[in-house]
Amino acid sequence: MAEYAIEMLNITKKFPGIIANDNITLQLKKGEIHALLGENGAGKSTLMSVLFGLYQPEEGEIHKNGKRVTINDPNDANALGIGMVHQHFKLVECFSVLDNIILGVETTKGGLLQKEEARKKVVALSEKYGLSVDPDAIVEDITVGMQQRTEILKMLYRDNDILIFDEPTAVLTPQEIQELLTIMKNLAAEGKSILFITHKLAEIMQVADRCSVLRKGKYIGTVSVKDTTPEKLSAMMVGRDVNFVVEKKPATPKEVVLDVRNMTVASKHHKNNAVNNVSLQVHRGEIVCIAGIDGNGQTEFVYGLSGLEPLKSGTITMNGADITHLPIRRRLTMGMSHIPEDRHKHGLVLDYSLEDNIVLQRYFEPQFTNPFGFLKRKEIRKYANRLIEQYDVRSGQGAVTKARSMSGGNQQKAIIAREIDKNPELLIAVQPTRGLDVGAIEYIHKQLVAQRDAGKGVLLVSLELDEVMNVSDRILVMYEGEIVGEFDPKKVTVEELGLYMAGSKRKEAVR
Amino acid sequence: MSTEQKKEGSLLKKCIRNNGFQTIIGSLLCIIIGLFIGYIVLLVINPQGAGKAITAILKNFLYYPSAAAAKKYFGTTLVKASALLMCSLSVLFAWKVGLFNIGAAGQYVIGAGACLYCGLKFGMPWYGCLFAAMIAAALVGAISGALKAYFNVNEVISCIMLNWIGLYVVNMLLSNVKEQTTPYTRPLSSVNKSALLPNIGLDKLFSKNEFVTIGLLLAVVAAIAIWILLEKTKFGYELKATGLNKNAAKYCGMREKTNIILTMMIAGGLAGLGAGIFYLTGIEQWMVQQTSVPAMGFNGIAAAFLGGSNPIGAIFSSYFIQHITSGGTYVDKTMYCSQISDLISAFIIYLCGFVFFFKVRLNRYLDKRDEKKGGAK
Ligand SMILES: Nc1ncnc2c1ncn2[C@@H]1O[C@H](COP(=O)(O)OP(=O)(O)OP(=O)(O)O)[C@@H](O)[C@H]1O
Ligand SMILES: [Mg+2]
Repeated sequence: MAEYAIEMLNITKKFPGIIANDNITLQLKKGEIHALLGENGAGKSTLMSVLFGLYQPEEGEIHKNGKRVTINDPNDANALGIGMVHQHFKLVECFSVLDNIILGVETTKGGLLQKEEARKKVVALSEKYGLSVDPDAIVEDITVGMQQRTEILKMLYRDNDILIFDEPTAVLTPQEIQELLTIMKNLAAEGKSILFITHKLAEIMQVADRCSVLRKGKYIGTVSVKDTTPEKLSAMMVGRDVNFVVEKKPATPKEVVLDVRNMTVASKHHKNNAVNNVSLQVHRGEIVCIAGIDGNGQTEFVYGLSGLEPLKSGTITMNGADITHLPIRRRLTMGMSHIPEDRHKHGLVLDYSLEDNIVLQRYFEPQFTNPFGFLKRKEIRKYANRLIEQYDVRSGQGAVTKARSMSGGNQQKAIIAREIDKNPELLIAVQPTRGLDVGAIEYIHKQLVAQRDAGKGVLLVSLELDEVMNVSDRILVMYEGEIVGEFDPKKVTVEELGLYMAGSKRKEAVR
Repeated sequence: MSTEQKKEGSLLKKCIRNNGFQTIIGSLLCIIIGLFIGYIVLLVINPQGAGKAITAILKNFLYYPSAAAAKKYFGTTLVKASALLMCSLSVLFAWKVGLFNIGAAGQYVIGAGACLYCGLKFGMPWYGCLFAAMIAAALVGAISGALKAYFNVNEVISCIMLNWIGLYVVNMLLSNVKEQTTPYTRPLSSVNKSALLPNIGLDKLFSKNEFVTIGLLLAVVAAIAIWILLEKTKFGYELKATGLNKNAAKYCGMREKTNIILTMMIAGGLAGLGAGIFYLTGIEQWMVQQTSVPAMGFNGIAAAFLGGSNPIGAIFSSYFIQHITSGGTYVDKTMYCSQISDLISAFIIYLCGFVFFFKVRLNRYLDKRDEKKGGAK
């Protein structure tokens, strides 16, 4: 028996203007969890898509159990037992969980679907691996966590034994991450081989056996996880030492830039309010962080602030002006910037070029539109190129690259460049580092601090406790739509915060 | 490979990868296949006349041996094609914003009703009539737009219903200005000459075909204007962003509801203008007992897609579709029924989806070939 379940030998894959994979060799042992690490745009997703048959490499071969195989499309991959959970899920939104799982491999009798058998198998699998899903729920109504479990069940249902996870943890809550890591360990213990892409070094340290590192499309090396440290890994990945601690001077809060009073926002999912009577202030020169477990009203609170959702009651004052009922455009031109939580839903027009996305918030300014309503294409190009350079947004063809073809992390960087360069008074950043590599995270954190030091108010919404503790000057914990505590990051422990986030403790009357 | 050859190769490759180029090839292919299928159907119906019939359809006005007559009927085809072009602009404009304006047909009907009524009843001059056609049709478009924006009513459904509402309203309205003895509206040329579009000498170019008017120029100008609007202006940037990602448009403060309504208004206005530049030439009178919505608006859908949903492409596709539709009238009626040309254009229209398919296939083939060659980009 061959030692390796999968070998990808000397793989090269090119896209217009860029070599996404340059002579990469990756060997996956049977029953191991193999992490794949690399900066944004290093070519991780591309390499996995090659293995899954979505792209054809120009050079190189793939071996399974020592025998050469050709994978022309995902069906071939499936036949070889290779399954993939994509970075951005690929589920049919209006189908039920069960329908999504069996899609493509339905059992039929006389042309009719035999769902009962399938349902039994799905239920059995979900019990066995602790992947709790509701088979009859419609995908668009369920949480990302459950969508992910659906994707995993999809692979298991097809009896795949090579499992590819492309950044599965980027969208999960810490609890869900722990659950997922346990599930992965169980799967590996059963003899399944797992390829695991993540930017979070702690996760690699926790579950992976070995880790391969890519940098700018090139293969750097493979290390055994028990012989390495997060620092060594990140140095291997970005080619320099990364500073995990954010360096910043103590904050010097000045006048109030954002004043929210008694904000209440209705919920779309239940009859209680998603945001209930929340009051808070953000001063110039401070970073205020809203911490909390996903789904406790942070999203709706930001929607209320930015005008994406109407308020049920309450007022919002920015820079002394009442903006409660102003349209979105007015809020934005009055100095609000908003890095949205969902980059594909709100942040980008995926079929627009990078440059068109970069001016999404400013295209109407005289700088980019002449008095007759014509776009100044040259100016737009110049501006986009400056931001691409300054924020190191990597893509195949620069300003004219379609946003859709960019790597997830670089899409995020483009949004951040756009929002920060608008020179806002108030920067609302929701999960700004989701899906970014450690180097980029370091850079973004520095930018947030720089905005603060330039006298801007920064409101950060984050699910990552590390980020919360590291970057913020003041922490507000949100639980079930209410602010349940206010903390100084220097005087509180992660454990203490956790208790508030889980709702087991709360302070009364915080302001 | 010498550098010379390489250069040539890459130029060709660039061409073949070009989106517009692929659309043109795809459109031409589906025309050819459509004609071929049509030919087979003709063969099945009556093998003797098939060759002749298909030539007649393709020849259209060239059927006439005299150059003067051919020119004259060329003019007539152009007049009809210009109305078709307006309808196809209406469809493709909405399409770019993510809306399917199947209501172009109804908007066209409303436009016809408005301009004829204004011309016949109120004696308004041509520009007043044109304006009325545009406004009335734009308002009908706005109804679909508003239903979509505020109540999320699918525009296809509201458009189809409005098509029928429009038809019967116009039939009722125009019954007031019809001839006593026939179901047709009274000719503008006898009631109100000022409502006829000016010829500005164009008729002379087409053997005194008095129906050739500034309408032709208006349609071409409209196509160019729509292209500029979509590709070069801030407004077009907003509209396309709304069509591609409604949520992102809202997020960055575009008024996505207003944009949807505006889009449908403009689309409606275009179709209405199309009716105006057709009926105000006096080429046809409205038959107030019609029980089906005129095909012009529906053919506009075909022309829009055959033209690769590009306003400039639509100029050519509209002409082509009108050319074969008109050509159908020259088919030998003893062997085939006159709808045969509709049938053939229906095949071509049906194959329009093929343009997309063709592009996907071609790109996949090119990718594969590049990969085999070791990916010389
Ligand atoms: N379909 C495509 N067409 C053109 N270029 C592409 C395409 N897919 C990826 N690329 C380019 O290839 C490079 C590698 O992208 P890839 O998605 O593999 O990165 P990644 O390592 O997964 O990054 P991230 O951590 O940000 O997800 C990027 O520069 C990207 O712009
Ligand atoms: Mg990726």
